[in-house]
Amino acid sequence: MTDAGRNTLIVIRHTPYGSSLARAALDAAMAMAAFEQAIDILFLGDGVLHLMPDQDGAAIGVNNVSKLLASLPLYDIDSVYVDAASAAKYRLATSDTPIAGQFLDQAQIQQLLSRNDHLLGF
Amino acid sequence: MIYSLLVLSSPVSGQGAQTAAAFAQAVLAAGHTIRRVFFFDAGCYAGADLAVFPQDETDRLGPWVELAEQQQVELVLCISSAIRRGQLDATEASRHEKPCASIHPAFTLSGLGELVDATAHSDRLVTFGG
Repeated sequence: MTDAGRNTLIVIRHTPYGSSLARAALDAAMAMAAFEQAIDILFLGDGVLHLMPDQDGAAIGVNNVSKLLASLPLYDIDSVYVDAASAAKYRLATSDTPIAGQFLDQAQIQQLLSRNDHLLGF
Repeated sequence: MIYSLLVLSSPVSGQGAQTAAAFAQAVLAAGHTIRRVFFFDAGCYAGADLAVFPQDETDRLGPWVELAEQQQVELVLCISSAIRRGQLDATEASRHEKPCASIHPAFTLSGLGELVDATAHSDRLVTFGG
């Protein structure tokens, strides 16, 4: 099912615990990777809240998103990008995130969006 | 050009799902093809055969059924999103000992592999909702 040369970017724009959409995005990312598709993930806007340290989903009866994120390298999802302006807004530091991400400014985000063949926006 | 659609928004909230159906019609009318429409997350309510809409509101199910029956568009509901929302076909209803199927037969239930396939084999993948 591989289609060499095509790259897909999954854009996560919603908060991790506000709806089921965030989990859906990560499920899609893992499915893509399991079928050996080339994918990258961009956390944009409120989506950067996925990367907050010390998350505890137990109080609301859901699994921690950060554990799932930490497992992404096992699926060969290596390129994780973070909207630096939104990260700054939420005082999220590079060293805090559960998975290593590359922080991008506005111009770099535009380049990333335009160089991918498919965008899946969640 | 080959298109696929990813529908994330519920037919009962916002405009996304209705816009997706209208877009699918427009794509076909312009001479393109649709490999698949994949319904994911709250988008899976699109297949709800038991939903009843007030008579003065537009029909949400009809446009999809028309696309499937008249234009042979493949409509796939993500199985894990669908069954947790009570959207079952006859097989799943029987497997989970539920009284009846609840999705329209124009839709099928399948896994995320169908989204992967749609993405890999389409020139354009258009997301609605989210």
